[in-house]
Amino acid sequence: MSSSYSYVFGQKTYTFKNLADLMAKATPKRSGDILAGVAASSSQERVIAQMRLAEVPLKTFLTQALIAYEDDEITRLIMDEHDAKAFELISHLTVGDFRNWLLNDTTTVELIKQARAGITPEMAAAVSKIMRNQDLILVAKKCPVVTAFNNTIGLENHFSTRLQPNHPTDDVRGITASILDGLLYGNGDAVIGINPATDNVEQTIKLLNVMDQIITKYEIPTQSCVLTHVTNTIEAIEQNAPVDLVFQSIGGTEATNSGFGVDLKVLKEAQDAALSLKRGKVGNNVMYFETGQGSSLSANASFGVDQQTCEARAYAVAKKFDPLLVNTVVGFIGPEYLFDGKEITRAGLEDHFCGKLLGIPMGCDICYTNHANADQNDMDNLLTLLGVAGCNFIMGIPGSDDIMLNYQTTSFHDALYTRKVLNLKPAPEFDAWLKKMEIFTNTDTFSLNNNIPSGFSKSLEKVIGLK
Amino acid sequence: MPKKKNLPLEKTTSNVVENPWSVLREFTDARIGLGRAGISLPTSHLLDFQLAHAQAQDAVHLPLDIEYVCNQIDNTSFSVNLTSKTVHKSDLQKKGHETILLHSQAVDRFMYLQRPDLGRRLNEESANLLKNIQTPEYDLAIVIVDGLSSLAIKENAVNFIDKLAQTLSKDSATWSLAPFTIVEQGRVAVGDEVGSLLKAKATLVLVGERPGLSSPDSLGLYLTWDAKVGLPDANRNCISNVRLDGLSYDEAVKKTFYLLKESRRLQLSGVNLKDRTTSDEIEQIQSEENFLLN
Repeated sequence: MSSSYSYVFGQKTYTFKNLADLMAKATPKRSGDILAGVAASSSQERVIAQMRLAEVPLKTFLTQALIAYEDDEITRLIMDEHDAKAFELISHLTVGDFRNWLLNDTTTVELIKQARAGITPEMAAAVSKIMRNQDLILVAKKCPVVTAFNNTIGLENHFSTRLQPNHPTDDVRGITASILDGLLYGNGDAVIGINPATDNVEQTIKLLNVMDQIITKYEIPTQSCVLTHVTNTIEAIEQNAPVDLVFQSIGGTEATNSGFGVDLKVLKEAQDAALSLKRGKVGNNVMYFETGQGSSLSANASFGVDQQTCEARAYAVAKKFDPLLVNTVVGFIGPEYLFDGKEITRAGLEDHFCGKLLGIPMGCDICYTNHANADQNDMDNLLTLLGVAGCNFIMGIPGSDDIMLNYQTTSFHDALYTRKVLNLKPAPEFDAWLKKMEIFTNTDTFSLNNNIPSGFSKSLEKVIGLK
Repeated sequence: MPKKKNLPLEKTTSNVVENPWSVLREFTDARIGLGRAGISLPTSHLLDFQLAHAQAQDAVHLPLDIEYVCNQIDNTSFSVNLTSKTVHKSDLQKKGHETILLHSQAVDRFMYLQRPDLGRRLNEESANLLKNIQTPEYDLAIVIVDGLSSLAIKENAVNFIDKLAQTLSKDSATWSLAPFTIVEQGRVAVGDEVGSLLKAKATLVLVGERPGLSSPDSLGLYLTWDAKVGLPDANRNCISNVRLDGLSYDEAVKKTFYLLKESRRLQLSGVNLKDRTTSDEIEQIQSEENFLLN
């Protein structure tokens, strides 16, 4: 960790004090790294750092931990689970060669899969720093990650949505109205997932019951989740609540997770508890994680490591627990970490790429807040790019407006746009259900029913005031 | 047995397919039943959204009306045993108000948005002000912080404090309250510094939450036991979205009071302190039918 890196350019020798410093300075510009004081001080220094980083052998990442092995359980997780046999495929490469290898036509989906257990989050982060947006898209497309619970998520040319029916007071009718809206717009195959307004075990159980009853009555091939703290969900399971997925926000350093009030032990406990319920009809991926660049710095737990590398390290945590879904909440954290639409777009593509390369079922909450310098057009751009890159899922929310969390994410309409222009299908089990329920009149052309589907008409008759 | 044909077709006006379930908007402010042009947003809803976003962006930059909030506090007669007006009436209060005015290290909104670290700490003058006062140990410090919506503070902070004070005054245990403080350009964690300098056992931060498109005025409440600079967020309990159209003051007070009592009993706050209050709103709704289960 102590060895420095230098690069002679013209008359000038650039020196980077260690690998973490080199990585940080090689990172495409973003406000969070400037806030942390780790960013390059000029555009030229940034590119020089990228050139020097390109020369670093991948092997170096196995001997120079960015955060000390003794100090951090995530470093220990990464090092202890590293597969030396899988690494043999790429062990001769530098970071620069690794980019070429990933882009090579002969590097197939299968080959990446074979090498995967030998790739550490730091290697993925390093190579991403010297890749252009189109590289991040092209390689991510070669890394499909398929998972299953009550349906199958992440198949090639499929694109799923989390139906996010949040309500500022957890009003059950309000939540139900948003669920209905989402279903009738063909959304909700990744999960129906509620962010509760307050962290409360009792409320969690009530919301779980509401979703379970709807899913059961309409025989919807999907899963539900209340995005509460993992310890609340464990309690809910103990009280026999119908828990499909366990949610937790995670970060890439032990101290970040301690800020979230979790560690690897409690995540394992939660996974075991959810598995014991045996509720998955198609598969056993029971975890749902959210991440996002900037969470470590925000918790004062980044230790001089740039925010994108911290983020990639979080994927090692996710991977350990075989999640059904992982998404970066890319623009949620605010302009102090990702200043504008350009930085949000870049981060979204990096996170999706690193997640997929490391083998986690990556989705993205394509979003922004009202204090960031971004708008709907920025989101349209990132949405389209991620659709092309093979992103597993996005959020779906009524009219892009989350009235509980106070931010803007992708809408039910946005999801249909992406499916239509890129010809991407919902999860196959859900697709069949949409057809059966006559929500789409034609699932091939994504044509919605102009009438209220008959399966819903009886329930709606009374409440809509129709005769 | 109802028949499908008894239901009207979704109205198709020219190029827009409307959604009859848009009437469910009586249950939520969420933008449901917007209808569609093809699979896209109809023009009217597209432009409504653009306007709301423009307004929310403007709201972020509106400065807190300090004078207004101070006057509100001065003109509210909080339960007498709670405030310690006689103890701190000295040079602490600027402009003759009962409230201590503080400022974070972020000098303006531009810096505030880019440097959250500065918003979490008091500037030197403010820190010295609190250091130089002799305070007894208080049971509770209420810290008002502008955050990302000064409107939330202006509309909700004092009304909420008034109701909370009434509840606290009826408690069997006594609650000694530190002088009220207002922090400009502050973030939640600035309350840690204020609370520890005021020697408060519990600190309750009232902060303006980031404005949403439908809610530019949402107040957040953060409770911390034994606040100290640098505490992780897992040590806090949060109650969100307190405003007229969100979580009612009564509900918010009920939750806050429960958390305060439990925090005091267990001598902690955060993930190990669970909110086990029963929500009246949820109870009430449970007794009604979930329309999708009809």
